[in-house]
Amino acid sequence: MGRPADRGGKPSRRRSAGRPGAGTIAAFLAPGLVLFLLFVLAPILFAAYVGFFRWNGLGGPPTDFIGFENFTNLLQDKVFLGDLWRVGLLIAGSLVIQLPLAFGLAMLLHQRFPGRTVFRLLFFVPYVLAEAVTGVLFRLIFSERRGFADSLLAAVGIEANVGWLSDRTVVLIVVFGILTWKFFGFYMILYLAGRQNIPDELYEAAAIDGASDGQMFRRITLPLMGPTLRITVFLSIIGAVQLFDLVFVLTGGGPFHASETMAITMYEQGFQRNQIGYASALSIAMFAISFVFALFYQRFVLKRDLQGGLTGGGSNGGDR
Amino acid sequence: MPAVNTKRGNLLRNTGFYIAAFLTTAFVATPILFALLGGFKDNQQLRENALGLPNPWNTENYTDTLSSDVFWQQAVNSALIALATTFIVVAAAAMVAFVFARYAFRGREVLFMLFATGLMFPFAVAVLPLFIILRTMGLLDNPLGVILPQAAFGLPLTIVILRSFFRAIPGEVEEAAIIDGASPWRFFLTILLPMARPALATVSVLALVGSWNNYLLPLVVLNDSNLWTLPLGVDQFSGQYASDTAKVLAFVMMAMLPALLFYGFAERHLINGLTAGSTKG
Repeated sequence: MGRPADRGGKPSRRRSAGRPGAGTIAAFLAPGLVLFLLFVLAPILFAAYVGFFRWNGLGGPPTDFIGFENFTNLLQDKVFLGDLWRVGLLIAGSLVIQLPLAFGLAMLLHQRFPGRTVFRLLFFVPYVLAEAVTGVLFRLIFSERRGFADSLLAAVGIEANVGWLSDRTVVLIVVFGILTWKFFGFYMILYLAGRQNIPDELYEAAAIDGASDGQMFRRITLPLMGPTLRITVFLSIIGAVQLFDLVFVLTGGGPFHASETMAITMYEQGFQRNQIGYASALSIAMFAISFVFALFYQRFVLKRDLQGGLTGGGSNGGDR
Repeated sequence: MPAVNTKRGNLLRNTGFYIAAFLTTAFVATPILFALLGGFKDNQQLRENALGLPNPWNTENYTDTLSSDVFWQQAVNSALIALATTFIVVAAAAMVAFVFARYAFRGREVLFMLFATGLMFPFAVAVLPLFIILRTMGLLDNPLGVILPQAAFGLPLTIVILRSFFRAIPGEVEEAAIIDGASPWRFFLTILLPMARPALATVSVLALVGSWNNYLLPLVVLNDSNLWTLPLGVDQFSGQYASDTAKVLAFVMMAMLPALLFYGFAERHLINGLTAGSTKG
């Protein structure tokens, strides 16, 4: 025991100059905790509560309790079910195209060749731009009546007579292409960092043992990049679930909901039609999907990699 | 032995590398070049000479943007909101991360888990109830209505990154400070924070970029166009001048420029932050 405390009559607690008491610790925690409770936790609890009411958000607190009706309506809502289907398609697309593309480019840029730093710098540029500004830019590129995309294709001899953003089947492909443009650099950077963490000695030792390049890739690179691969799959799925800015600015979810996301449906119901109760239920559904997925993923897929925090580095302030 | 790790890596080495790299460069750069060069064209050129260089180079769209009060107002709004958000989130998170990293106290693990779960809350989930809470607090059409929630949602990631950095600072540093009679506050402010400058730079860059690019929260909070940030302004401008594509492209380009310049300066911090944020537990 150090010297006994000279104040407060609690000789058992050590209070040298450097050991803070409970008051000091609380003071350090207070600003962050207040912010977090007020603006992160309270809204989510509030949404969970409001989700059980029919409420237009006006005239005092909600009173028209309707139990699970909002949630059962949600499961019959064609737009919401369509949102789920589209999220599934976008996730499938990123797992099959976007992430492998990023991985391949990371493997490429890991090699030493002149100019690779410049390429690395360049490929990351789209990620830095605001999603909303990107949305405006691509709205102009894919504009009807011979926009830039049409001119570009015409230059290589393709006359594409499609409404890029007005054709129900094409629009989702265009959205996916733009998402790939915007985000592959982010995943590439993560893969590069993961690859750089593998010690060269492993490859040297394997080479001495006569391993081929393909063997080294399968036996060293892939397994040791497992944690990074699993994290990027996670981030990409969570990012797809909460997708809003880019698509909202690009298409507003149209035509006829063909590019709509859950967050856009929530925005329309909540902010444009004042169906606050219903939109809250939708928020909670989004939350439940990401939360259950995150817990599941953390427990069964990431458990070997880390003991705790995951990030939503993807979009938005916290965004993201 | 050079770090060759795949069979294909070997074969591609010379030509393949550059073909892939240049194809990707074209993919990445084309849309941005379209904005940059399109801003120097007029609308007739955009129609008839979509792919070529501007001829003649027309600077009017850029000078219009640069001399427009609206653009500067929105840029200043974006900057002020980003700076305030960054200051608040970094200050509050550093304090929390400090006690998490350096002191054992009852409830520490529970509180840390609480913040860490915040990493899994998609912002879009909270925006509607947040709107109602902000309305009740009278923070709609108030920059604080954007700043405080942004800071709050930035806390989890910032705390996670700073905590692991603060943990790595050796205990002897603290013991020496204690022997010199420094209080926890003094140790925190005059010793720990200065030592943590690289980590603080990293989390600050993340917060700045996140705030600068945010769209959804300003969209629902800020009705008054005098308070709008650039992402809102660009969207609105493109609707207002829908028939004047060249003018919109110049505005889009100018709105992207600060982010591009900032990336040029702070590239290392940004990338360190993103990799640390995604891989550290």
